[in-house]
Amino acid sequence: MRHKIVVVFSVVALLCSGALILNQNVSAAGEGKISGTVKLDGAAPHMRGIDMSKDPYCVKANSATPAKMETYVVGSGGGLANVVISIQGWSGSADVVTSVPVFNQKNCMYTPHVLALDTTQSFKVTTSDQTAHNIHPLPNPMVNVGWNQSQPPGAPPVEKSWKNAEVIPVQCNIHPWMHGFFVVVKGPYATSDDSGNYTIENVPPGSYTVQAWHEPDETQTQKVTVAGGAAASANFTFKAK
Amino acid sequence: MRTHLRKWSLPNLALWLIAAVAVALPLTSWAQLTKADIAVRDNMEAHIGNLTGHINADSKYAYRRYCVSCHGDLGDGNGEVAQWLDPPMWPKPRNFQLGVFKCRSTPTGTLPTDQDLFDTIARGLDRSAMPQWSTFTKQERADLVAYVKHYSPRFATEKPGTPITIPPEPEVTPDRIKAGRDVFARVQCWKCHGVQGNADGPSAPTLQDDLGRPIAPYNFTEGSRPKCGDTDADIYRIFMTGLDGTPMPSFADNIKPDEAWDLVFYLRTFMAQSSKAKQLAKGLQLKPVDPNAPAGQ
Repeated sequence: MRHKIVVVFSVVALLCSGALILNQNVSAAGEGKISGTVKLDGAAPHMRGIDMSKDPYCVKANSATPAKMETYVVGSGGGLANVVISIQGWSGSADVVTSVPVFNQKNCMYTPHVLALDTTQSFKVTTSDQTAHNIHPLPNPMVNVGWNQSQPPGAPPVEKSWKNAEVIPVQCNIHPWMHGFFVVVKGPYATSDDSGNYTIENVPPGSYTVQAWHEPDETQTQKVTVAGGAAASANFTFKAK
Repeated sequence: MRTHLRKWSLPNLALWLIAAVAVALPLTSWAQLTKADIAVRDNMEAHIGNLTGHINADSKYAYRRYCVSCHGDLGDGNGEVAQWLDPPMWPKPRNFQLGVFKCRSTPTGTLPTDQDLFDTIARGLDRSAMPQWSTFTKQERADLVAYVKHYSPRFATEKPGTPITIPPEPEVTPDRIKAGRDVFARVQCWKCHGVQGNADGPSAPTLQDDLGRPIAPYNFTEGSRPKCGDTDADIYRIFMTGLDGTPMPSFADNIKPDEAWDLVFYLRTFMAQSSKAKQLAKGLQLKPVDPNAPAGQ
């Protein structure tokens, strides 16, 4: 067992380090897009329910539809949600992304469960809940700088950004079942919707390695060539575990 | 004995080596320290008032003599004693490489000032294995601050945060204590610290630090000193900066300076140590906050 873990860990880490080092150059001109569908192969794993009895507010907020884990969110056609698709080793223009996505705390869960971001982009953390949360991202301190802020009921939004590309888990210490991810990437990206569909807009023509990430730490890549004004296709399939 | 041998068999060791290399590879590209950064790191200085701390033979000697057994030769908190420290009773030694510190005068997510580290060395950390190193001269402590800083690349590339401003402490009054109780209820300190400040809130048993190790909220009633100093201003500072690396968040956006003093006075009423707030509270007959009251009272 220990062998297996170490082998898998080594391979994944070697692949990742290789990917980090071998950056590729892409020339920028015109605009195309990359779109596709992410599917889950096999039956959707059972997502266990969450015991929120620690906080009566949370229990009440979820009384209509009991809350469950969100590790795999699978649509009717086997489409897998919350997969972040981005371009590996992006070296195109560093356009500042001006949209400010919102990461909300609602019914003692994170909405969305996975928030993708560009390194130039800021985001807002808000709360809709009448119970206190603390918003506590846990980056690798060598890569990004973490922080920990309280958000009691009616708290103003917290606006932040991340300097470097990284998958950053985020948690609430008061409600330990609350966990989500900030997936910070460089360059254009998209997140798969509830049917598993995604579209990355504004991709200059060129050859790319497209990367799909699913929690907790599963990535797949695919080579794609984008022509000016056209949509290239890249579909991904993750195996159910 | 058998399992012990198996654990260190050759193929296993080789695998661990590959794993170590694989982890180290990206680290070399992450820690993008320029030559200038490395020069700053290797000649790290600490400035405390008129004192300047340096990395020199003395500070190296002092670190190896007094700090290395817990904090380790690499400053990673893995000294040989570390394995015997079991959280939450005995927190693990700080990993200086990460550049994340509890006791700061600076906002959450920023580096502490040299003065903050200097004060921590002198004060020690109550309820941990870190003693008060107040027997050191100020120069020795300043040198050690420089030495501690050189372990983290953050100190070579980032500036410390701007210390928060603490307004002058107002006179404690019964009204302020009552107002502090309202703040305690509104921002829900009791979720961890308990309605009577004795660390038995509903979220207390599941708390973990940033490295996934169990950690206990501060128990106000047991008579121990708060970790980052025991003056009113020290307590004020904790909830406005947070204790980075722990579940304790910053409340800077949600507690106004005046309210923060009220909260300090209310917390004083829980504490075993005598204080004017505790005296005044005797006449107030305050009930603990109601955890089932709707939010915002």
